[in-house]
Amino acid sequence: MSDLIGVYQPGTTFLHRMPAGAKLVAMAVISVVTVVYRSPVTSVVLLVVVAALLAVARVRLALLLRTLRGLLVVMTVITAYQVWQQGWQHAVTVVGALVGLILLATVLTVTTSVDEMLDTVTRALGPFRRVGVDPDLVALAFSLMIRGIPTTIELARETRQAAMARGLERNPRALITPMVLRTVAHARATGEALHARGVGD
Amino acid sequence: MSRIELQEARVCAETGRGEVEILAATTLTLTEPRIALIGANGSGKSTLARLVNGLVTPRSGRVVVDGLDVTREGREVRRRVAFAFTDPTAQLVMPTVIEDVSLSLRRTHPDRDDRTRAAQAVLDRYGLGDLADRSVHSLSGGQRQLLALAGVLATDPDVLVADEPTTLLDLANTRKVADLLFSLRQQLLLVTHDLDLAMRSDRAVLVDGGRVTADGAPREVVDHYRAGVP
Repeated sequence: MSDLIGVYQPGTTFLHRMPAGAKLVAMAVISVVTVVYRSPVTSVVLLVVVAALLAVARVRLALLLRTLRGLLVVMTVITAYQVWQQGWQHAVTVVGALVGLILLATVLTVTTSVDEMLDTVTRALGPFRRVGVDPDLVALAFSLMIRGIPTTIELARETRQAAMARGLERNPRALITPMVLRTVAHARATGEALHARGVGD
Repeated sequence: MSRIELQEARVCAETGRGEVEILAATTLTLTEPRIALIGANGSGKSTLARLVNGLVTPRSGRVVVDGLDVTREGREVRRRVAFAFTDPTAQLVMPTVIEDVSLSLRRTHPDRDDRTRAAQAVLDRYGLGDLADRSVHSLSGGQRQLLALAGVLATDPDVLVADEPTTLLDLANTRKVADLLFSLRQQLLLVTHDLDLAMRSDRAVLVDGGRVTADGAPREVVDHYRAGVP
């Protein structure tokens, strides 16, 4: 999943040229509509729309499939549980919406550089300076959150490999405890690096 | 060159069993272009280096860079003193190579197009121009360290503090990074276990058990260090 999410792919497509603010608003609207009008039809329509957007953004198919491969395991478990508990229609509604929205977020991050996102959030929050909000800091937090997704997935992969190397891959403590510690340590190191670079001063 | 002064600077850390002294009260004045800090693991040399950028604040005493107190005027000091870490991964906070350098330039280049051009120029200067749109995850260790250095040097600081920047690198990348460090116009404060690198400096400082135990010409300090290792 770390292959696409949070990683910008430069390009000149319509979606790449579209202002980041418009994309953020569109994503918010689509997300709200999907949740408010949830049904199998809504989820299927969302998937079709997202598939079209991925094609327009010229997202490389091989990368997309690698992204979906990671997603597939989790979604299979959720689908099985939903079918068992609520029936196939509910499963299509929930899983379709989840996959659709994750891919929609992928379209945003693939077609929008973090630098552009920072500028957009900074501009949008400009009026709030008067009430003590620092737009640069909020924008940076926003970007770090996006950057945090592939980083956390990478840390999880490394932790799993470390557990496997010691024959502990079936021990949840050997996976979860170091994963949490490594994630917190990485967050601290990132904070320290930002401080050292004078970002947020 | 800048004037870095440690005036009885002492660093302590809180532990579950009370306070532990990491660096004893230290007084040093560093004005040479290339200064190496050497010593064993856990000796306190990284703590000493971190004092200069304000990443660590002294429990007592002062650290002053060009007349600016690091504790009280940290923002101004960090604009003059850049810091490079051992592991560049934590230092690279943006998804792609050019975005990471752009982050450093946000204050000095408010216009995005202008900033992108400046970031590309920085990357070209350090031989990373072709990697501009690559994900930082896909870089080799050497490329990551070069990018981390490019990121902190983008704002053209006066001093670069580098904490074991070659420790995680192979021989070829160690040479590449070392050659870059020693070719910079910036004053360099280099924490290192590589005694060959220390020998290339103008001055070496040996830290042992939280105290400066030797300070002077690199050859003499390195010989002193070697003689003390069983």
